[in-house]
Amino acid sequence: MKHTLSVLVSNRSGVLARVASLFSRRGFNIESIAVGVTEDPAVSRMTITVIADKATLEQITKQLHKLIDVIKVSDITADERVDRELALIRVSADSSNRSDILQIVDIFRAKIVDVAEKSIIVEVTGDESKIDAFVQLVRPYGLMEIARTGKVSMVRGSK
Amino acid sequence: MRMCGARILVECLKAEHVDVVFGYPGGAVLPIYDVLYDADIRHILVRHEQAAAHAADGYARATGRPGVCIATSGPGATNLVTGLATAYMDSVPVIAFTGQVATNWIGRDSFQEADITGITMPITKHNYLVKSTEDLARVIKEAFHIATTGRPGPVLIDLPKDTSLGECEFVYPTSVDLPGYRPTYEGHPKQIKELAKAIAESSRPVLYVGGGVIWSGASEALKTLAELCEIPVTTTLTALGAFPTGHRLSLGMLGMHGTGYANLAVNECDLLIAVGARFDDRVIGDPATFAPKAKVAHVDIDPAEIGKNVRYDIPIVGDARTVLESLIPQLSPMKHPDWLAQISEWKKQWPLTYRRRQDGIAPQYVIEQISDLTDGEAIITTEVGQNQMWTAQFYKFKKPRSFISSAGLGTMGFGFPAAIGAQVGRPDRLVIDIAGDGSFQMNIQELATAVQYKLPVKVVILDNGYLGMVRQWQEMFHGRRYSATALEHNPDFVAVAEAYGAKGILVQTEEEVRPALERAFAEPGPVVVDVKVAREANVFPMVPPNSPISKMIRGDES
Repeated sequence: MKHTLSVLVSNRSGVLARVASLFSRRGFNIESIAVGVTEDPAVSRMTITVIADKATLEQITKQLHKLIDVIKVSDITADERVDRELALIRVSADSSNRSDILQIVDIFRAKIVDVAEKSIIVEVTGDESKIDAFVQLVRPYGLMEIARTGKVSMVRGSK
Repeated sequence: MRMCGARILVECLKAEHVDVVFGYPGGAVLPIYDVLYDADIRHILVRHEQAAAHAADGYARATGRPGVCIATSGPGATNLVTGLATAYMDSVPVIAFTGQVATNWIGRDSFQEADITGITMPITKHNYLVKSTEDLARVIKEAFHIATTGRPGPVLIDLPKDTSLGECEFVYPTSVDLPGYRPTYEGHPKQIKELAKAIAESSRPVLYVGGGVIWSGASEALKTLAELCEIPVTTTLTALGAFPTGHRLSLGMLGMHGTGYANLAVNECDLLIAVGARFDDRVIGDPATFAPKAKVAHVDIDPAEIGKNVRYDIPIVGDARTVLESLIPQLSPMKHPDWLAQISEWKKQWPLTYRRRQDGIAPQYVIEQISDLTDGEAIITTEVGQNQMWTAQFYKFKKPRSFISSAGLGTMGFGFPAAIGAQVGRPDRLVIDIAGDGSFQMNIQELATAVQYKLPVKVVILDNGYLGMVRQWQEMFHGRRYSATALEHNPDFVAVAEAYGAKGILVQTEEEVRPALERAFAEPGPVVVDVKVAREANVFPMVPPNSPISKMIRGDES
C-alpha cells in the first residue's frame, strides 16, 4: 500500500543523504521525495511517498526516528489532507494540433509557460492522479520531456 | 578563553573525563598531536588505525566509559571503518576523531582526502563534519551525549585542518539541544503491568537477555527478577557475564552454537521475555519458528528493534534496568518445579561437553583450563570463529564486562587490540585474548603496542592451522572441500612474539597446557601462548543457518 510520510528534519547539510542512505541500506523503496524549508528556517519538511506493508512501514518510521536529525515522523496517509505536485511537460505541438492541446490544458486548469515553433511547455499542478491523467491525454501528441517535483502534502483543518 | 580548535578538542576531552586516547598521527591531525604532546591525556600509539578503533571499543566495553580514537584523513580515517562498524553492530560508545583536508580543499580529490562522514553514515550512530572552529565545542558535547545515552553507539567527528588551527573563544556547553534525539528510559507503566500479568500467568517462562542488560547495568535487577519468579535465563553472545554461568537458573547462550537446553527451553516456553536483545539471525535461526509457543515480551531502549525480526505481544520501549526495576515490585514470588525439572532433563540429554582426542589437544580443554585457573574472573576477549564459540561455551563467566567480542559484525582481528584497550582501562584485571591462528594475524602488529606500554595482555592461540569455522562449514555443507582455509605458512608465533619483545610459549601436549597458562598469567608483561590444538575439532551443538533452533546437530564432540 502507498503511504505518505511527513517528516520534519533539522535543516543541516547531509540530512537528505542520511535519509536516502537509510532507505537504500534497509531495502526500503522511495516512490517520491520532496524537500523544502518550513516556516522555521532551522527545520525542513520532507514529504516521502513509500510503498510498504504494515511491518515495513513500522520499520521505516522507527528507523527514520533513529536519525538524530529527524525531529518528527507523521504517517498522514489516513488523514484528510491536500496533496499537490507540480509538473512541467514538454509536448510536441505545431499549428495543426496546438488548439487540441490547448483544450486539454484548459480542462486541467494547467498553464502554457513556453511556446516554441514545434513544442510547448505546460505547467500542471494537482495531486498525482491528475498529473498522471494529463500526461496520458497529451501522450498521443508526442511527449518530449517531463519534470515532476514529487508530492508535497499538508493535513487539512486548523492545527 | 581564546584558543585553537585542536586545544578546544583536548579541553573538551578533559571536560568529558577522558584520560586516554588511542591513535595514530598523520598530516591532517598534526595540530591535534601538537597539543597532545604536552597535554594531560595519555595517548596510546597503535600500529594500525583499525587497532585504535578496536582498542577504544575494548576500553569502552571493559569500563563502561566511552572510548576515544584518533586517525588522520584519508587512509587513516578509512582504516577506522571496520572498527566503527564493529562498535555500531554491538552498540558500543566510541568517539572517533578524524583529520580532514582543509575546508577549501574538500571535494577536490586532495592528497589523503576521503569523504569519511559519507563513508561512515550507515555505521555510526551519528557523525559530523565540523567546518568551523566555533562549532567544535558544541559538536563534541553532542557527540559524547549521543554516543553514551539511549542505545549507545559510535560517533565520528571529522576535523578539517583549518578547523583545528582556527581560533575562537572556548566555552564548553553545559547542555545539548537536540530536538530529534530524546531516548525513552522509562517503560510505559501499562505495558510493564501487562508484562507482570504475563509472568504471573506463565508456567514456562524464559528470560532471553542481550548486551543492553550490560550497558544499562541491569545485571543485579535481572538476578533479582530471575530468582523471585524462578525464571531460567539465556544470554546472547554479547550478554555473557550478565548472568553468572554457574547459577542454577542459567541456560548459557542460545542460538546457532548455544546450549541444547537453552534452545529447547526457548522452543517450548510459553513466555519469552527479551531484554536488551535484538533477535539476531544467529540467535533465532528461522524467524517463523522461533519460540513458537510463546507470548513474546520485548524490552528495548531502541524502538526500531521491537518487531524488526520477530513478532511481539508486549512491547516495552525503555532502559533495561529502569524497566526491570519498575517491574519487580509488581511481582510475587513464584516456583516452576515442573519447568525446571524439564530443563534438568534437557541438561542431561544435551550436556555441554567435548571429547578428548587422539589427533591433538582438544581446544575446549584449553578454555576449561583458562576458566579454572582464572576462576571466571579474567576479562576475556576473543577473535571470531571457533575460538569465540568455544570460549562462549566453556568459559564460566561470573560478572558483566568480562567478555569482549565482536558479536554482530564478527570482526576477525578484533580480540587482540580490544584486549589492549581493556587492559588500559582495567590495569587491575587479568586480560586474555583467546585467539585463532588466522584472526591473530589480522592485527599481530599490535604486539609492539602491548610491549611499548608494558600492557600484560595474554594471547592464547588455539592454533589449528586452519580458518577453523570456515573449514567446519566446508566440512559440513561443502563436502569437505577445504577451499583456501588451510593456513599453510603460519609463522613461528613464539619467535614473532619474542621478536617484538614479548614472551612466547609453545604448547604441544595436553600435559603442558596448564603449566604454560600458569606461567603466562604470572608473567608481568605480554605473553603469546601458541597452543597446537587438534586440527579438525568442531563446534557443537550447531543449528544450521535459517533452521529452527530446536533442530540441532549434535556432532561428534560428545
